[in-house]
Amino acid sequence: MPLSGLDIYKLLPGGQKPPHPKANCKECGFPTCLAFAMKLAAKQAELSACKYVSPEAAARLSDAAAPPIRLITLSANGHKLEVGNETVLHRHEKTFYHPPGLFVRVNDGDGLERVRAVAEQVSRYVVDYVGMPLSLDGLAVAYTSGDPEQYAEAVAAVCKAGKKMLILMAQDVAALRAALAAAAGRTPLIYAATADNWQALAEVAKAARVPLAVRAPDGNLEALANLTAQIAAAGVEDLVLDPGARGFGDSLLALTAIRRLALKQNLRSLGYPVITFPGEGASNSCQEAALAGQHIAKYAGYIVLDHFTPATAYALLVLRTNIYTDPQKPIQVEPGLYPIHNPGPDAPLMVTTNFSITYFSVRNELESSGRPGWLLVADAEGMSVLTAWAAGKFDAERIAKAVKESSAASKVAHRRLIIPGHVAVLMGELEEELPGWTIHVGPREAVDLPGFLKAAW
Amino acid sequence: MPVTIPQTKYAGKVREVTIGATRAEGGTRSRTVTVGGETTLPFLLHEGEMPHPPAVAVEICDRRPADWSPLLYEAWGEAVNDPATWARAAEAAGADLVLLHLTGPVQRADGSTPTAQEARQAVRRVLEATGLPLLVFGPGIADLDNELLVAVAEEAAGERLVLGVCEDKNYRTLVAAALAHGHLVDGRTPMDVNLAKQLMILIRDMGLPLERVLMDPSTGALGYGIEYGYSVMERLRLAALNGDAMTQQPMLVTPGEEAWRLKEAKVGDGGVPAAWGDWAERAITWEVLTATTLLHAGADVVCLRHPASVAEVKAVIARLMAGGKDGK
Ligand code: B12
Ligand code: SF4
Repeated sequence: MPLSGLDIYKLLPGGQKPPHPKANCKECGFPTCLAFAMKLAAKQAELSACKYVSPEAAARLSDAAAPPIRLITLSANGHKLEVGNETVLHRHEKTFYHPPGLFVRVNDGDGLERVRAVAEQVSRYVVDYVGMPLSLDGLAVAYTSGDPEQYAEAVAAVCKAGKKMLILMAQDVAALRAALAAAAGRTPLIYAATADNWQALAEVAKAARVPLAVRAPDGNLEALANLTAQIAAAGVEDLVLDPGARGFGDSLLALTAIRRLALKQNLRSLGYPVITFPGEGASNSCQEAALAGQHIAKYAGYIVLDHFTPATAYALLVLRTNIYTDPQKPIQVEPGLYPIHNPGPDAPLMVTTNFSITYFSVRNELESSGRPGWLLVADAEGMSVLTAWAAGKFDAERIAKAVKESSAASKVAHRRLIIPGHVAVLMGELEEELPGWTIHVGPREAVDLPGFLKAAW
Repeated sequence: MPVTIPQTKYAGKVREVTIGATRAEGGTRSRTVTVGGETTLPFLLHEGEMPHPPAVAVEICDRRPADWSPLLYEAWGEAVNDPATWARAAEAAGADLVLLHLTGPVQRADGSTPTAQEARQAVRRVLEATGLPLLVFGPGIADLDNELLVAVAEEAAGERLVLGVCEDKNYRTLVAAALAHGHLVDGRTPMDVNLAKQLMILIRDMGLPLERVLMDPSTGALGYGIEYGYSVMERLRLAALNGDAMTQQPMLVTPGEEAWRLKEAKVGDGGVPAAWGDWAERAITWEVLTATTLLHAGADVVCLRHPASVAEVKAVIARLMAGGKDGK
């Protein structure tokens, strides 16, 4: 829990009993120690501006300023994946910040061919969702062969397949060292330290300066907290938690408990991102996707899948984007006139709203139909057609304004405007607002737009 | 260092709502389904009660709808041509509840408007075909819904049907019909906490006990607004647990209808980017993931369309209800 301004004040010279001789000396640039404390609480000042804070107080203050869930960074060829640093339990309270990394597991024991094939498929995979290219984050390479050299070769093959993040799932020091050498230039995650091997793995992680996952048996959070405290004390501070839960019910309990302990009780030893393995708790790939979906909504930092198919990857990537969208800001596009397929003066003119999902569902239909057209995007404050209509943000007046303010009239030779079928009621009013224009009511769903254009334009 | 699993105790409790009536209770159902009763957030069974598992309703229509995905026609086969056969198939697929959707001019291939007589007959035949409790939704045109559902309410008097959807436009008629003939209503509002509360107040003020009301906050499908539905449901459920009496209704959502409307579900391989993957796998995953995500936000009844999704979602519910002991 972050300290309040008053809590901070008690640690500053002015708040000591008796007050420090320098109390309220103004050297920090603020009139009083209390004013400075308030600014610190609001994160609008730096503690270093006061030279008279005792070392103990400084330690407490910087401890309290640390995020309750540590930010962990993996990297690969200049890309990074940051997880952690979350501040709320429910997205409506503010927003979720760092989407969980999605990984696919490969076993080095399955042979180099297989590893390479999966790694290439995962590395290549990208799907467009409302104009955003979505892709998976990386591969988890499990050491199942028993041969450190084979493991290093598998890791090298994964590195060669693309610029993805890595999780090294091995507990053998020789295998890890070989793999880390093969993955030079990346910051992978090592999985996982346990009560039995943590000293050796902590040493490897420390030397390579990479984060280390920590696993406790069967969801025992106390054992997990004790272990992370030991490892942190040994100098490895970038940690990731595996509470050992694998099912639907126990995962939900463990992930919720960890998030609450970190945020509400400021329990440092569990203030780290969590890694999950939904495939281990699922009977088929649909169940795996459903469990991964739970982990996306409920607090995972890294999700390691055992099955990769484009269909489930697409669904999970979209779910992740949705859950991590800031509730205050719907994803929007710039209003304006968008040409599609080099339209000429006779091409159809269509109007829609600037809600990204709406815009792209129309745009994608036009693009895949191959037909040229002008898409006029009205400023509807980022709302869908019907939402905007119901909220008065996509009415005849606004549409007419969009037409007049855009260059539509000079780009098209005709005076015909197609409106979405869902707002057919606007037709009459719009003809009044736009004298000389003919308003056509288009189909309700964008999928039917190409057919409509073929028949009616 | 001792670590205690935090347990939040809430003062509030979601109302229990029982759908359907057996012979002894004045209906003809072979069993009833009760939902609600939670004193905790979804599936956090260590800190409160969740006395009933969420129920799965399978959506069928009174006749072959014209606008469903080809995958759904394939899955249900001949059953889509007859509501009684379809209801039996839904029961065989594992439905807890049957949702009978009366088609209107938009959903009908010939554009015809259903008559009250047809609606009565469809409901009668479904009641005879299955012993499961029934939800009956109109075509979604306020006037027509009123006309059809009033007739249905009378035809099935005493069955404790859920009549839907009951919105601010038509709640008076539907609530009156539910009151007169011993039914329940599904009260739908467009993803807004205050609108949902307001509708519950209006319904209660007409005299329908809240033990006969489901709250339907609307939802969008995955990729098409699910985040709004998800957060509104989380907020409603938190409000309910914190004691706000007008949000303490079990929640119904329609992930099946939302997911199967999309291009992702309707258009096969070839017409869509290769990255979308296998058509059937994508469509079913879409429906399942929409439903299971909403279950985690507090859904008590999820309405689904594809039999494979029903099996997957029921398996997820069973595991979530196992009290954290379903892991490896
Ligand atoms: C998500 C959502 C919201 C979100 C907003 C999301 C957003 N950024 O727009 C939130 C929760 C904020 C919201 C709020 C409201 N909502 Co709302 N909302 C929805 C919901 C569930 C989905 C909308 C959506 O995203 N659809 C997907 C997009 C892609 O659809 P679309 O924009 O229509 O685009 C499609 C077509 O129109 C077509 N198309 C688009 N452009 C064009 C152009 C041409 C030329 C053609 C031919 C076709 C075409 O292609 C697209 C794909 O087919 C719908 C119900 C539903 N399930 O549909 C209700 C709905 C739209 N909302 C509704 C209402 C009433 C409201 C509120 C007014 C409620 C209130 N009083 O608070 C508010 C208004 C907002 C405000 N006051 O600030 C009603 C509208 C009722 C009506 N018929 O008028 C709906 C239909 C729900 C309902 N059944 O009552 N809503
Ligand atoms: S520098 Fe600022 S905070 Fe520090 S003692 Fe002086 S007035 Fe107080």
